[in-house]
Amino acid sequence: MNMGWYKRRLAKSLWVFHVSASPCNNCDIEILDLLTPRYDVERFGIKLVGSVRHADVLLLSGVINEKVAPKVRRLYEQAPKPVFVVGVGTCPTSGCCFKNSYNTVARREDIIPIDMYIPGCPPKPEAMIEAIAKLMGVLNA
Amino acid sequence: MSGLTLVYLLVFPGFLFTAVLGLVVGWVDRKVSARFQFRVGPPLFQNFNDFFKLLGKETILVKDGLHWLFVAAPLVAFGMLVLVSAMVGSALFFHSGYGGDLIVVMYLLMVYSIMVILGGSSTGNVFSSLGAGREIKLLLGDELAFILVCLVPIVKSGYKLRLDELLASQAGAGPFIGSVSGIIAFLIGLLCIQAKMALAPFHIPEAETEIVEGPLMEYSGPLLAFWKLNRFMMYVIFPFLLILLFFGGFRLEGWGILWAVLKYLLIVVLMIIIKNTNPRVRIDQAIRFFWKIAAPLAFIAVILAVLGV
Repeated sequence: MNMGWYKRRLAKSLWVFHVSASPCNNCDIEILDLLTPRYDVERFGIKLVGSVRHADVLLLSGVINEKVAPKVRRLYEQAPKPVFVVGVGTCPTSGCCFKNSYNTVARREDIIPIDMYIPGCPPKPEAMIEAIAKLMGVLNA
Repeated sequence: MSGLTLVYLLVFPGFLFTAVLGLVVGWVDRKVSARFQFRVGPPLFQNFNDFFKLLGKETILVKDGLHWLFVAAPLVAFGMLVLVSAMVGSALFFHSGYGGDLIVVMYLLMVYSIMVILGGSSTGNVFSSLGAGREIKLLLGDELAFILVCLVPIVKSGYKLRLDELLASQAGAGPFIGSVSGIIAFLIGLLCIQAKMALAPFHIPEAETEIVEGPLMEYSGPLLAFWKLNRFMMYVIFPFLLILLFFGGFRLEGWGILWAVLKYLLIVVLMIIIKNTNPRVRIDQAIRFFWKIAAPLAFIAVILAVLGV
């Protein structure tokens, strides 16, 4: 199978799974807003799935702390490849105000390879749509 | 197996025709559902993109699961649906009683449900097992009503079982929907189909919000693609079966083509409207509905058909 052709199919059909890695719930609420009829991400082929086995994109929200780190790692390993990880919010991007906390993991990259960051505390749904569109652009190139 | 049989099975009206039409009608379903919610909805080739994307993804076998059953279930279910589509389609389009009768169709459709149950329970996942259990209960609920519904055209055609003979007797005496028993049986049949396809309000086995797609939860990659394709093929098979049983089939010449499309779209749009305007019922409500309301009504329809009404 032609890889470019396959990646264009993949870009048009990104199924999203929501990984909540000790967030403050703020980004989660914005992700729920993103999936409402108002923003209608189904027109890009994006669909929220409940099982990580169906996922193409893991939306990771929250700074990863020591307690959830093994579970986040396991979720990533359970996802069928190719899978992309999008860090939503300032927490996966920089650690936010929890950066020097006693139970925050030192290097998030060791737990899960994040392909794309969406800064903002929380980012607006429009920003998340833009990020997914950029991911599509990478796949289509 | 002769060459013509292979063409019937694999190209028209079997696998290729049913799959392509099913994926397009699946898009109609998603688009109309989107318009119900004042959304724009997905593009035309969305279901094709989903299918080809899933074909290229990794398949993960669950460590504690029964691997051969896990792999075989979606493929056997797919095979059953291809057989049913070839049988129903060749009766509708070529008026040939190829392969079997209505009882074989009912059996094959039941094997499909059993494959969902086996596939779901082969993983060892709790949610999958829950979904499989719910599928068993729903099958127990809708099967009686569905068989009674299928009895009505058999009785009205003078106890014919072959699909082409059912069509022939409707060509002589007018479609069965034109009688009281036909209308009752058609409406009950529509709801049974809703349950057999696991559409709302009977999407109890794979309730996404509580047991995350139930039997399909552990499936990934090509096997999931086949489950999704099965679902879309049923968007063709069940409306065609209802058209065959109650609407007198297709007449593919002149205005007959328009009527054929309208009959098909009528049933599909009715299904989509029922799907979009009803919340999910509980499993006990579903079984109570099928055993206490749908099955007695279908039984009354059978008696009316025997009396000739």
